[in-house]
Amino acid sequence: MIWSALMWTSLDTWIVLAAVLAGVTCGLIGSFLVLKKISMMGDAISHAVLPGIALAFLLTGSRSGLPLLIGAGLVGILTSVLVQVLHQHTRLEEGASMGVVFTVLFALGLIMIEQAARNVDIHPEHVLFGAVELVPLRMVELWGFDIPQGVIVLSGVLLFNLILVLVFFKEFRLVTFDPALATTLGIPATALHYVLMIMVSITTVAAFEVVGSVLVVAMLIVPGSIAWLLTQRLSSFLLVSTGVAGVSAVLGHVAAITIPGFFGYTDTSTAGSMAVVLGVFFFLAMVIAPDQGLFARLVKKINRGFAVHTQDVLGLLARSAERSTGSEDVLPLADGGLSARNLAAIQGSPFAGRRFLLFIVLRCMQFGKLLVFREGRYKATEQGLRRGQEVLRSHRLWETYFHDDCQVDPKELHYQADVLEHYTDAKLRKDLASGLDEPINDPQGRPIPDEPE
Amino acid sequence: MENQSQKNQSSQEKSLPALHIRDLTVAYQRKPVLWDVDLDVPAGVVAGIVGPNGAGKSTLIKAILNLVNHTTGKVEIFGKPYRLQRQLVGYVPQRESVDWDYPINAVELVAMGLYRQIGWFRPVGSKHRELALKALEEVGMADYAHRQISRLSGGQQQRIFLARALVQNAQVYFMDEPFAGVDAATEKAIMAILQRLREQGKTVFVVHHDLETVREYFDYLIMLNMRVVAAGAVQSVFTPENLRRTYGGRLTLLDRAVDAMGRRL
Amino acid sequence: MWLGNYDSSQVLHRLIRVLTLGDYNTRVVMFGTVMLGLAGGVVGVFLLLRKRSLLADAVGHAALPGVAATFIILMQLGGNPRSLPLLMLGALVSGLLGMGCVLFITRTTRLTQDAALGIILSVFFGFGIVLLGIIQRMRGAPAAGLNSFIYGRTASMLLSDAVLIGTAALVIIGLTLLLFKEFRLFTFDSPFAAGDGWPVTFLDALLMALAVGVTIIGLQAVGIILIIAILVIPPAAARFWTNKLGLLVFLSAMFGALGSYLGTSISAILPRMPAGAAIVVSQGAFFLVSLLFGSERGLIQELIARNRQKRKILRQNLLRALYEFEEQYGTGNIGANQEGQWDYLNDARQWQRGSLYRGLKSLKKQGRVLFTPRGYWKLTPSGRSEAARVTRNHRLWEVYLLEFAAIAPAHVDQGADQIEHVLGDEMVAELEKLLPRFGTPLPESFHPLGSLEEKP
Repeated sequence: MIWSALMWTSLDTWIVLAAVLAGVTCGLIGSFLVLKKISMMGDAISHAVLPGIALAFLLTGSRSGLPLLIGAGLVGILTSVLVQVLHQHTRLEEGASMGVVFTVLFALGLIMIEQAARNVDIHPEHVLFGAVELVPLRMVELWGFDIPQGVIVLSGVLLFNLILVLVFFKEFRLVTFDPALATTLGIPATALHYVLMIMVSITTVAAFEVVGSVLVVAMLIVPGSIAWLLTQRLSSFLLVSTGVAGVSAVLGHVAAITIPGFFGYTDTSTAGSMAVVLGVFFFLAMVIAPDQGLFARLVKKINRGFAVHTQDVLGLLARSAERSTGSEDVLPLADGGLSARNLAAIQGSPFAGRRFLLFIVLRCMQFGKLLVFREGRYKATEQGLRRGQEVLRSHRLWETYFHDDCQVDPKELHYQADVLEHYTDAKLRKDLASGLDEPINDPQGRPIPDEPE
Repeated sequence: MENQSQKNQSSQEKSLPALHIRDLTVAYQRKPVLWDVDLDVPAGVVAGIVGPNGAGKSTLIKAILNLVNHTTGKVEIFGKPYRLQRQLVGYVPQRESVDWDYPINAVELVAMGLYRQIGWFRPVGSKHRELALKALEEVGMADYAHRQISRLSGGQQQRIFLARALVQNAQVYFMDEPFAGVDAATEKAIMAILQRLREQGKTVFVVHHDLETVREYFDYLIMLNMRVVAAGAVQSVFTPENLRRTYGGRLTLLDRAVDAMGRRL
Repeated sequence: MWLGNYDSSQVLHRLIRVLTLGDYNTRVVMFGTVMLGLAGGVVGVFLLLRKRSLLADAVGHAALPGVAATFIILMQLGGNPRSLPLLMLGALVSGLLGMGCVLFITRTTRLTQDAALGIILSVFFGFGIVLLGIIQRMRGAPAAGLNSFIYGRTASMLLSDAVLIGTAALVIIGLTLLLFKEFRLFTFDSPFAAGDGWPVTFLDALLMALAVGVTIIGLQAVGIILIIAILVIPPAAARFWTNKLGLLVFLSAMFGALGSYLGTSISAILPRMPAGAAIVVSQGAFFLVSLLFGSERGLIQELIARNRQKRKILRQNLLRALYEFEEQYGTGNIGANQEGQWDYLNDARQWQRGSLYRGLKSLKKQGRVLFTPRGYWKLTPSGRSEAARVTRNHRLWEVYLLEFAAIAPAHVDQGADQIEHVLGDEMVAELEKLLPRFGTPLPESFHPLGSLEEKP
């Protein structure tokens, strides 16, 4: 179905190639912006280079080329210096400093382009939102092949950035993760900052023909942010970032020429849909990211709740076992087994009124061979009993701790220990016991079970 | 007339504890910062709150004033929930919590303490400015009334913060580290104010971290480390044993459990 | 160069008509943009103080898909796709959605707000461009009007549009002024405000809502990309002139209104001049002037003050050097040491010959020193007492640093140099109290200036 809507031509190949090159370059450089937490600086610079583009275009009449890149580099430095000066010398807040600098420069550039458009072939729309469709129309001959000029420029800039990043990899890593340490080690953090600003500027300019000088922000910031959610190490960070940018460039173009067809329209802007595809990827990353993703957190939350409930059940069973063997007889229960009704009805049970939860927990514990169900009662297996004893031991050690150490009201001892018992491992129990001089009974005189073997 | 009723009210309040807390627990990201705090502090004392860094001293004040989320438990000022007694409470935040480049001068800052009394939409009048000036005089800052706040020294900034609390004319004050990084003159000014507030029968809570001055400044002490280690009259509470329990010893065990709680999230 | 294509008298005629609001169309547009400038200036002050400027930028960009989607829906339903109120409504919905996304991302991920802003503004904007691309390829769609939402164009502004903008601006300004006291309180000290019982979250949301309001009503005239400017530039410019909040709001509103007036005029007079960009550049000019000449922290004023301070420090250091020279060699047989004096001064601090001479000359003009016929410099009585005071402050401060800051003696001289020159009487009195044993007599310096070289 997609393929019927997709009428792929050699033009599309060039377009996709240019888009991928732009995406990869931006993704590479943008990673450092995200890592240095100066993403909006990328936004400011990409807006602010507009007068540079306009000026170079007015002077040379071409959309790409060396003068354009040099001009862009200069404007980029100018922008970051201006923002810095405003922020430091006049104590104007950094966000506002950027706001002032980039809007004024952008406005100047817009006026220049509008004025120039009367005489030369330049459209504000193309500069701002990209005109990737026009890339294959400007071919240059190189080594006997006809290659679009835009593709050559982008390849050059990518190569330039790649070399710089590879050569200064160590330095960049240190500067982005720990600028203070970098400075003490004699790495010129400020100089590297400006190198980065230059790279951002020329990348912006090289990419503006493809994605436009506004949407380039998406290419700069979103891939890096996705990588930030998914990875920890810089090398994998850069791989994810550039990979995502490249893939979304391809998908963006495909989406631009197919999806509007489903709704009865023809096609739409490739640059725009590249940004949207990146947005979708970002959303996915937010959901599936390991450790901090929404999904991972939900799973963890359920797991944690489940572990707590399991321990609660085992603790109740351990107490009941204690009562059936010891002298105390609070509940007339043989061999420590409890029915589901008992489990919910015992004083202080977390399952009071939550029978369904209890049912699920018990089923899972049976499945996990912590419980056996016999004659209408649940009884802990050997393993379950051991873990139940651990819980009980933790609980009573904490009660002793709070009683000894801070005169907590005896009635409230239970409440604090009830929470902490779930977060106490064998080592902490050992330290607690030795810190409390190996107590035998808790403050209420109940025995503290030994650490199970 | 109004004065009379206020006096009656305050004599009634005398019998009630100025601050009554039960089961106050505060957790950031499920990790408890304050753990099951119970407190009953009588009216008319100047109470120090001491404890090591990260013990939750500021958090305790913020929790009482309902400035932090994830708080459970009960807080009462003179026997009624805090939200009904707001007009009895004054607050001095940490000095670092605001931007001292803000375009405002000392007397305007102090007048902020009257905003609640002025009410919504109504502007600050000359009457209010006079009250603010008087409060500035009390803290020895009358000469700086019209100075931009960024041109004041740290100690002077602290003093106008205090003046702002004074114009609130509260019964119970909560001060977050007013002695942090101030000069000798300011320290003396703050002490004088605390003294006067005590004479007027007000109750003052002061987050503090200089143990050497505890006996000198306070007559009541709350020793805090995630939970209340000890609370009571300074003479009976400020003991080596309690200090050891507040600042060291087996507390690390609790820390470890709490850490594990944070990690499991 | 582009002006050359026009008859200059024609331009002049147009200039006068525009500036005097001679024709109807200009009047309508001018009313709309000036009201917008006023509102942006007023709300922008609090936005700046709350440090939320870039959030407004994200909201502006995020409005584009709302505008475009509304346009498409209206087209499909057969309504008037250029109805400004409905397009604004669409902008409002998607702008707020964007803001919600920024807050959601910052809350639930490790990303900073900075990155969240960049993501939302570019992705939403990209989606807007996608929709715009569809509109441009739709048959019979009057797409041209939509471009004005990106760059800002005022030509299409109708009277009803201007009235809508004006009314909304009035409401926004009115609310902000009504809540002046409340906004001041919570933007300065939100913990205190919350403790005092003010609904801080509500006030914060209200301020953002007002800023979003300005963004939305300004979309047509200024455009999505530049709308942030009318909220940021006027207050930033006004900040260079005053430390009083009331005056700040007034000046900011004036800069906003004047910038709008100028920009709109320029755009009406010159061809192919987008109004939004012209307004932003005009406001930017006000900013530049304020930055340079502002009476508070203006660059030139700071420069003068710093220079004055530098000269003062030079003079004080010279006085102290001369004083210490007299201390060491006495005032009587100084004649024998005139060569020595010059060397002493030269060695004391590696002063440039020029600045040493300039400093002495300006001290002479103040009557602090004399150049004796025998060719050396001598302190006058007034100079000596001033020099004694300076030296004393220096040493007090030095002792203070040694006693209380536990700094190694070798570094003391540098540290003391910075601060001793700005010690007030109050501070000196406090130092004296703190260091009672240095009560009346001048304290001994730990190392007189001349012996600096000998220290390792």
